[in-house]
Amino acid sequence: MENTYYNPADLKKFGNISELQPEMGRKFFDYYGEVFKEGALTEREKALIALAVSHAVQCPYCIDAYTSDCLEKGADENQMMEAVHVAAAIKGGAALVHGVQMMNKIKDLTM
Amino acid sequence: MPIPVKSLKAQQHQFANPAFQLEVLQHAGTEEGDFPLFGAKLQQHQLYPLRPTGTTILQVNVGKMCNQTCRHCHVDAGPDRKEIMTRDTMQLCLDALAKSPQLTTVDLTGGAPEMNPDFRWFVEQLSAMGRQVIVRCNLTIILANPKYHDLPEFFKAHQVQVVSSLPYFSASRTDAQRGDGVFEKSIKALQMLNQVGYGQEGSGLELNLVYNPSGAFLPAGQKSLEGEFKRRLKSGYDIEFNNLFCITNLPISRYLDYLVESGNYSSYMEKLVTAFNPVAAVNVMCRNTISVGWDGALYDCDFNQMLELKVQPGTPQHIRDFDLDQLDRRQIVLDQHCYGCTAGAGSSCGGSTT
Ligand code: SF4
Ligand code: SF4
Repeated sequence: MENTYYNPADLKKFGNISELQPEMGRKFFDYYGEVFKEGALTEREKALIALAVSHAVQCPYCIDAYTSDCLEKGADENQMMEAVHVAAAIKGGAALVHGVQMMNKIKDLTM
Repeated sequence: MPIPVKSLKAQQHQFANPAFQLEVLQHAGTEEGDFPLFGAKLQQHQLYPLRPTGTTILQVNVGKMCNQTCRHCHVDAGPDRKEIMTRDTMQLCLDALAKSPQLTTVDLTGGAPEMNPDFRWFVEQLSAMGRQVIVRCNLTIILANPKYHDLPEFFKAHQVQVVSSLPYFSASRTDAQRGDGVFEKSIKALQMLNQVGYGQEGSGLELNLVYNPSGAFLPAGQKSLEGEFKRRLKSGYDIEFNNLFCITNLPISRYLDYLVESGNYSSYMEKLVTAFNPVAAVNVMCRNTISVGWDGALYDCDFNQMLELKVQPGTPQHIRDFDLDQLDRRQIVLDQHCYGCTAGAGSSCGGSTT
């Protein structure tokens, strides 16, 4: 067993998840491939969104993969850091907006 | 990582030695073992031995002298390099061209080709012969000295196609690869080229830009990057150009040194090998281009030239013995650096090959 939870070498073994469930694995990767194709959004825009989401879900594999992918697709450091701030703003905002719920509850419980 | 101002050769660096580079390339691999030999990979796709499909481009490296010392330079060029093609050797190139009408295009590279004292004479002769001339101009040379300020006019007079590197439309990424202040000067030079008509619709004066990654990653999507470059250069600097060529950095010379020093070597090689594309392999540029070194020696491409891998023994080795029919039957000399030409969408001096 690995002595760390995350091993960078495991990233390229992602495809192996199909070994135990080929059908679902295949469907997932087909879908994944389809999602990242150029469409109404460019491949670069999708890579930047993926980079932001990677930070929101705090997945080291995804951060590794989409940092490379953003560079390859021609995004620059400023765009990438702004994308991470978008993720941070949403995550921070999502925590803070619940403050309203807390305030409602305070009102319910106090004189 | 700051950019050294001296060439590897002047530093007496081990990567200045082609034999050492080949040694490193041939012993690259992952924990699972060495990478497959490039030749064996071609064999799997019925492409081995690799031969020309018909050579139409003569690429001439007129010298290793350059006003820059870019971090990724596969030539190991710089101000301290003194290897320069003489007018006599240029004359031998002209003789070779005169007897080979199939060679319709002459691609001039360096170093900074404009620093060769006979550069203008050579371009004049080539253009008088009716050949399409391409100059790989690093842009900053135009501003390096007042004697170069009129290069845009000179290029225009000879209908030269200008191909110039601009790794990014921002200063940070450009300067990190090419040196401090290079972005600003490159922008100024592009504006000067635009002013005389380069890159302008209907002018017939072609200005193409080269994008190559400033780091250990591969280029992706030439068309989409071209769109982004066009938008950003137009809105930021009012610059126009024709095409963007995406070129993969080949793991040789200063780029190899960068890869090893930054700890990216194995993973970069693995990326190249994993991204092997048989369609790109069919279209590698050595099948339609032949390369001449500053001393007149013949090579399959500019990369083989820097690794001192001459064309197959038994075929003409020097421009004075040039014989296109014989050269077109040669077997191309391959090694592990060739994976750089076949990764993803493929890479050549004209960008993607698929
Ligand atoms: S990459 Fe071009 S501009 Fe840069 S040092 Fe090499 S020859 Fe000169
Ligand atoms: S490195 Fe040169 S010889 Fe090798 S595939 Fe590329 S162009 Fe051909």
